[in-house]
Amino acid sequence: MNEIGIASEALVNWSRAQFALTAMYHWLFVPLTLGITFILAFMETIYVKTGNEEWKRITKFWMTLFGINFAIGVATGIILEFEFGTNWSNYSWFVGDIFGAPLAIEGILAFFLESTFIAIMFFGWNKVGKKTHLVATWLTAIGANLSALWILVANGWMQKPVGMIFNPETARNEMNNFWDVLFSPMAIDKWLHATSSGFVLAAIFVIGVSAWYLLKKREVVLARKSMLVAAIFGLLSSVYVVWTGDNSARTVANDQPMKFAALEGLYNGSEGAGLIAVGMFSTSENDPSNENLKDMTIKLEIPNILSYMAFLDWDAFVPGVNDIVRGNEKYGIMSASEKIERGKVAINKLGAFKTAKKNGDSRLTEELKAELTSADFQNNYFRYFGYGYFKDVQEMVPNVPLTFYSFHTMVGLGFAFILGFILVFWFTLKGTIGKKKWLLWLSIIAIPLAYIASQAGWIVAEVGRQPWVVQDMMPTMAAVTRISSGSVQVTFWLFAVLFTVLMIAEIKIMIRQIKIGPHH
Amino acid sequence: MFENLSHVALQQYWWILVSILAALFVFLMFVQGGQTLIFQIGKTEDEKTMLLNTLGRKWEFTFTTLVTFGGAFFASFPLFYSTSFGGAYWVWMAILIAFVIQAVSYEYRRKPANFLGQKTFEIFLVINGVLGTLLVGTAVGTFFNGAEFSLNQLNQVDWQTPFRGLEAVLTFHNVALGLSVLFLSRVLGNLYFIFTIDNKTIVNRARKTLLRCSIVFLLFFLYFLVALLLKQGYAVDPDTGKVFMEPYKYLHNVLQMPLNTIILLLGVVGVLWGIISTVFMKSNKGFWFAGVGTVLTVFALFLLAGFNNTAFYPSNFDLQSSLTIQNASSSKFTLVAMGYVSLLIPFVLAYITYFWRAMNKKKISDEEMKTESHVY
Repeated sequence: MNEIGIASEALVNWSRAQFALTAMYHWLFVPLTLGITFILAFMETIYVKTGNEEWKRITKFWMTLFGINFAIGVATGIILEFEFGTNWSNYSWFVGDIFGAPLAIEGILAFFLESTFIAIMFFGWNKVGKKTHLVATWLTAIGANLSALWILVANGWMQKPVGMIFNPETARNEMNNFWDVLFSPMAIDKWLHATSSGFVLAAIFVIGVSAWYLLKKREVVLARKSMLVAAIFGLLSSVYVVWTGDNSARTVANDQPMKFAALEGLYNGSEGAGLIAVGMFSTSENDPSNENLKDMTIKLEIPNILSYMAFLDWDAFVPGVNDIVRGNEKYGIMSASEKIERGKVAINKLGAFKTAKKNGDSRLTEELKAELTSADFQNNYFRYFGYGYFKDVQEMVPNVPLTFYSFHTMVGLGFAFILGFILVFWFTLKGTIGKKKWLLWLSIIAIPLAYIASQAGWIVAEVGRQPWVVQDMMPTMAAVTRISSGSVQVTFWLFAVLFTVLMIAEIKIMIRQIKIGPHH
Repeated sequence: MFENLSHVALQQYWWILVSILAALFVFLMFVQGGQTLIFQIGKTEDEKTMLLNTLGRKWEFTFTTLVTFGGAFFASFPLFYSTSFGGAYWVWMAILIAFVIQAVSYEYRRKPANFLGQKTFEIFLVINGVLGTLLVGTAVGTFFNGAEFSLNQLNQVDWQTPFRGLEAVLTFHNVALGLSVLFLSRVLGNLYFIFTIDNKTIVNRARKTLLRCSIVFLLFFLYFLVALLLKQGYAVDPDTGKVFMEPYKYLHNVLQMPLNTIILLLGVVGVLWGIISTVFMKSNKGFWFAGVGTVLTVFALFLLAGFNNTAFYPSNFDLQSSLTIQNASSSKFTLVAMGYVSLLIPFVLAYITYFWRAMNKKKISDEEMKTESHVY
């Protein structure tokens, strides 16, 4: 690790692997919590409105499954919060002034709401009134989804840093507009898209488990009622997921053009760019200097759609990976090498300022500070600060095939789920769902597919934005804690074993509880 | 309103809030303390179930307070977050793992097909109880005894030992605080059992273990406190920001901050009264006295560590890398914004208290364990 903080490749990779491991394990359990809490709230509302005890029994059954899932979600979540400090300490200081606030608000506003009312939800049936209990169930759902809001605001800020200014004195970014951070379109799209995808996953879970009961001809009433609630919720949510996903595409196209190019496998930009509906990469490299760019052998392309998706204009120019790396004068895109040069100027200027300050040269310190904070320097040099850490322009390119496949898996499955919800809703309404064995089996198969789609979404978001931890400002390699990669390897494997063991326990308990069924 | 405060006033305000969260967290670790007693007090399966259910309905508060403490520290003093978590890597990782295994254990303990078996999950809870409290206490000990790190121009941390924070156990004063926290949590755990469980056998056993735990706690805590007052501390020159060693620094803080000293004394008296009234006067309300006493004591200790021109996270390797509430804090803007958020804290505490009381109206009994639909 050198003075400006470039870490060894091994350390960066192990730190990334550990964060990816913990985030992906956490996200295995969170989406179900986000969605099933609302399904519980719907079911309990029906119970309170109708007074039908069957709905109480149904609510309690799904609540048991929720409890099993929730516990492991909490277990995997705590690591993530502290990992920002333990493994990304340089990042924590560089952006802590902005990034810490959402995490604190998350705790104060959302986690306490969730943890207070979840206890009433589970243990309060005989201790508080019917209506108070219902309010507690709703507040648990709202608390869970508010928790997601704040961490996704933080994540959205990393993808599109807003509402801050760099302070050379402290060598960090400082917040100057809280509302810009909170209402950043990137953050809001992220929250709406991620939470609603959780609703879809939970709906599929409820439908899948109910389908198993129908195949076994057990708990038929519970299964049908649950399926109806879940199908309506799932259908509405999945349409919403498409809408928020479409919005996200536009924010990504504007703010993270490299990620947008990667998720579409677009190497060379064009006007009226087509959307690749299906594509497959070969092992050969499209550009020998970059292993992230593989040739595409199979490609089914729909003309002009990508331009419209990105800029609501059928003929708009969509930049490809090469345009962003090499620059494209015609469309006003600066080359990566130019950005690297400007970034180095910014880093060197900051270094000179620090040295002047250390040497007690107050005149030079003031001069350099004025220059560093001037609008001209901020707009023309400082905004490329992060580029100054790179040596090779090819480092700007994320893993294109992985981003592409993840994106297409997510989108493909997302549309398939809409069709599935329509079918389940229709046949449940007609009362013939029990006879449609093929659909019941598909509903069960859809459960793991929903998890795959959900994980793929995060791979798009996080792999696609590499090499940045904060877009254009801080590369991943500069964000890691200065520690031996061996230490991170040890904790990686510790977490891998621990989470896997706990996940096996969770799945086994869940399957057994489903087999046992609700209490009579 | 917060805009009108100076940056220093805001830093002090946030240090007070962080100290309150830390104090509440230590109090809520009665859950951890209780977990260390499940085999000692719960001799039969039914008894153990009652113990774990009275604790299990509160474990999330402790957990959430820890997470919020982390978040609030990050938001208000990010340099501590990056320095300590990134630097003392192994200590924090050990603490985190101890809490990970707790989160699933209540829910999975008695569920059929739980893969690891009931005993394993119960042992997880004991490990969480012992390691969680001991390590948190030892880590906080470094607030008074310093740690081995340096910061470069960009405030990036370099830790000077390969043990990444675990070397704190070599300083007995740190360990004494760790053991104090462990045994205090056991004291509070016993008091909580006596307060919430309607079962004579359990209550009688808890009174006996309470006395033993109290004696051990008092021994370690008194040692910690006396040694603290006699040791030299990490003082900050308010004009230059330079950190230097000052003999009897914490004793000076005690003398120069009389209000805080009163809070500290009230806290210690509260804990003692909670113990005495339960052991010798057979009261079952000792939990509240000891609980409030714990909150006051820990709060006052945190103020001793950070107020009155004291470096709260000192570096023994490079004194000038030490963290103070001035050099480790967020910008004024962030502290103001977060100040407004902090106005919601009383509201949050109010609804937690209201529903805590609603849920604790009836004591846990063997009968409830047999009729309740959701039992750990």
